[in-house]
Amino acid sequence: MCLAIPMRIVERAGTDAVAESGGVRKNVRLDLVDAAVGEYVLIHAGYAIERVEEAEALETLDLIRRVYEAGTGEASDR
Amino acid sequence: MTDIPLEAFRSPGLARSIAREIAAVAPDRPVTVMHVCGTHEHAIARAGIRALLPAGVRLIAGPGCPVCVCPARDVDLAMEAARREGVVLATFGDMMRVPASVGSFERLRAEGADIRVVYSPADAVRIARENPGREVVFMAVGFETTAAPIAAALASDPPLNFSVIPSLRLIPPALRFLLGKPGGRVDAFLLPGHVSVVIGRAGYRFLEVEGGAPAAIAGFEPVDILLALHDLLGRIFRGEGGPVGNLYGRVVREEGNPRAREIMDAVFAPADVAWRGIGSIPASGLVLRRALEGLDAARKLGLRGNPGAIDVRPGCECHRVILGEVEPEDCALFGGPCTPRSPVGPCMVSSEGTCRARHEYRRIPG
Repeated sequence: MCLAIPMRIVERAGTDAVAESGGVRKNVRLDLVDAAVGEYVLIHAGYAIERVEEAEALETLDLIRRVYEAGTGEASDR
Repeated sequence: MTDIPLEAFRSPGLARSIAREIAAVAPDRPVTVMHVCGTHEHAIARAGIRALLPAGVRLIAGPGCPVCVCPARDVDLAMEAARREGVVLATFGDMMRVPASVGSFERLRAEGADIRVVYSPADAVRIARENPGREVVFMAVGFETTAAPIAAALASDPPLNFSVIPSLRLIPPALRFLLGKPGGRVDAFLLPGHVSVVIGRAGYRFLEVEGGAPAAIAGFEPVDILLALHDLLGRIFRGEGGPVGNLYGRVVREEGNPRAREIMDAVFAPADVAWRGIGSIPASGLVLRRALEGLDAARKLGLRGNPGAIDVRPGCECHRVILGEVEPEDCALFGGPCTPRSPVGPCMVSSEGTCRARHEYRRIPG
């Protein structure tokens, strides 16, 4: 029910927009979030509910890779 | 235009690496972690996360499935509306098979009622615009995540032939209730990522102040969930409460989505409401503000409601499953008389219901 998926805005006119993910396009509303064409937003029940922050996503992945994949044991001490 | 490598959060290799670290920090006593989100239950069951956890760690599902906690009284009210001449009932698909006191939306539709499944509240409003001669009643079920889009739809001048049956529920009051409940101690909470998008990490400050239990916000990919579990189990191991963790920073901000909350606040007011099989929880629901009472289907259509609504059918343990008191497999009806095809309780209906998720992804013996 609280399923939401990240999609990229490909067209926008006011609060109406078209978002795309994996080749699937959907009409979405931007009443709750301001987002420009090219940005990733999280879509729930036809509405964008937040922007997906690229920098945050990359930082999290980078951290995971350093801490967990390197097997430094650093994670155990956190 | 770059691509955010979101698929990495589904990487089995990364998930296994984190699971190894979880094994290293997991306390050597039995520990219970509760999530309160149907989407988490579905993701956890599908990815087989429980099998990756150390033996002493119990990951249980709390009252996080909106369809499961929607009281029969509200479903009955919607059925009463749908039986009225000229009414179209619009609902999310999850609600179709939820048991009312008698029957379900699905059965009522088979009997000829005009009940339409919508993906978005905006679709329900569109149906109203396209059918000016009909009253379109939208069954507004959901937590904060869904309340925000519903509020936006109600705030953008819906036509006069549109109304709602609000059955919206809030997560923080439910957490407070769970903490205050005697017995069945929960050691930590895995917090719902998409509710948190709306209310922010700030929405859980009371967990830090009241010193309830360690808690961490998690996303829905296997890596997201394991990261949060690692954070929680590490904190239990070290005996730290600590601040509420946010392991879903790519969409959850400290203050959540203020615009969404402003719109919700303009449309809805908090109220004491019932959770199916659990009872009333203070300030745990949203009702229409007085200025918008014209959108209230019960008032508009003069619905009588069903004072004798039946939340729990004989033998059904759904209400105890969603409090984490029993596992779905402990229910005598599970997989026998109660299956996704003919659900007895609401937990077997939605793909997010604990019983349904467990039934769908249960391991075949041998």
